[in-house]
Amino acid sequence: MKQTIRTLLAKHGNLPVAIDSVGDGADLYDAGLSSFASVQVMLALEEEFDIEFPEQFLNRKSFSSVEAIEAALSEILKEQAA
Amino acid sequence: MTAASKITALGLTERAKRAAKIAAGFADKVDIEGRFPSEGMEALKAERLMGIMIRPEFGGEGVNLTEIADICAILGQACAATAMTYAMHQIQIASLADYAVGSSWHEAFQKRICDEQLLIASATSEAGIGGNLRNSICAIEVDGETARLTKDATVISYGAHADAIMVTSRRHPDAAHSDQVATVFLKDQYTLEQTSVWDTLGMRGTCSDGYILKAEAPGEQILPRPFAEIAAQSMLAVSHLLWGALWYGIAADALARAQSFVKGAARKSPGQMPPGALRLAEASSLLQLVKANVVAGLKQFDTCKGDSDALNAMSFSVAMNNVKIGTSQTILTIINHCMLICGIAGYKNGTPFSLGRHLRDAHSAQLMISNDRILGNTSTMLLVNKQDTSLLG
Repeated sequence: MKQTIRTLLAKHGNLPVAIDSVGDGADLYDAGLSSFASVQVMLALEEEFDIEFPEQFLNRKSFSSVEAIEAALSEILKEQAA
Repeated sequence: MTAASKITALGLTERAKRAAKIAAGFADKVDIEGRFPSEGMEALKAERLMGIMIRPEFGGEGVNLTEIADICAILGQACAATAMTYAMHQIQIASLADYAVGSSWHEAFQKRICDEQLLIASATSEAGIGGNLRNSICAIEVDGETARLTKDATVISYGAHADAIMVTSRRHPDAAHSDQVATVFLKDQYTLEQTSVWDTLGMRGTCSDGYILKAEAPGEQILPRPFAEIAAQSMLAVSHLLWGALWYGIAADALARAQSFVKGAARKSPGQMPPGALRLAEASSLLQLVKANVVAGLKQFDTCKGDSDALNAMSFSVAMNNVKIGTSQTILTIINHCMLICGIAGYKNGTPFSLGRHLRDAHSAQLMISNDRILGNTSTMLLVNKQDTSLLG
């Protein structure tokens, strides 16, 4: 899942640095992720995983790092399966 | 009882109204001359209203944002430049009070703000960033214990009159444009070389000239929390709410003038409804909408305060953006209505019904952080965020 997230971040994140240079736990906003780009990444993830981000995940924290995105996605997918 | 404690024993509204009365007496002069509203600001200091949002343990009165907004609305009815200067100062205070906790330098600084009634300005805009507060080109350089910064600030409102300036920059010379910190520099720690003159249609008294700011101070004056957090959780919301409140004040004073015009006309022709009366009723309804918008926003801010998840939620940003868009657009409609009601007496300067200053000051509302930029941000969020359709939520 991390690799998919990284691929989508590379495509839609519009980061000033290569995504490979950003650690899984590193702050994506500090790395230059803009709010606009984070929404674009979110849309791409919704498309990729056929989900919709519920209200409680629409905040900065859910998108602050690769790990945070993975945690949010896992929870959404788990709830969807239930 | 000291003089200061005698003043603070009075209600905030009473103190604000006394300051507003002085500010009102100079509003036209401040506007015509495009000068700093020094009488109004001195009156606010005399009423000891500069540091009231600061916690009591650091010398303040711990008042909440709603009370500050009420003061802004009172001042907005008197002199928009005084109101805007006060609002911008309080935006900096809100950031300090909530996001510099635990830093001994900033805590001592808050004590000084209260004791000495200091005025704090901000330098966020910079040549080349396209008006985006969350973007910096300049970077602070920390060398041992000293921090140095040079910023080509396109606007520093009342910069030449402030006692300290909070300046945004990149965290270090290799940081991304959005990886920012805010640093407080005291008046004797910076120089300002003026690069542009604030000669505008309205809000002329905020003296928002451009400067090259060169500053040097101990590194401990850098705020401990990232600016991204301060901007998202406090600065943007507080700006929209306090501006909304003072814009409401401008429109409220315009409506009061229009109402007294209609009343005068009604007295002259008893039994006949003056032609502007219906329009006054329409404007009154619009003014109530603006008030409701600001009050609902303040209530939401108050509910979310201290809860970083709630303050970081997209729905919160959408709501605060909507307060700004709604108020800034509606006040122009209200003032235009008032102008139609008062006719030539409103169009002319120097009558009791003059509305030129109100109209010009109010036009800044859609430009201070451009409405188009805000609508752009909101529309991005609405790609994933659903509008809150509950009435009370």
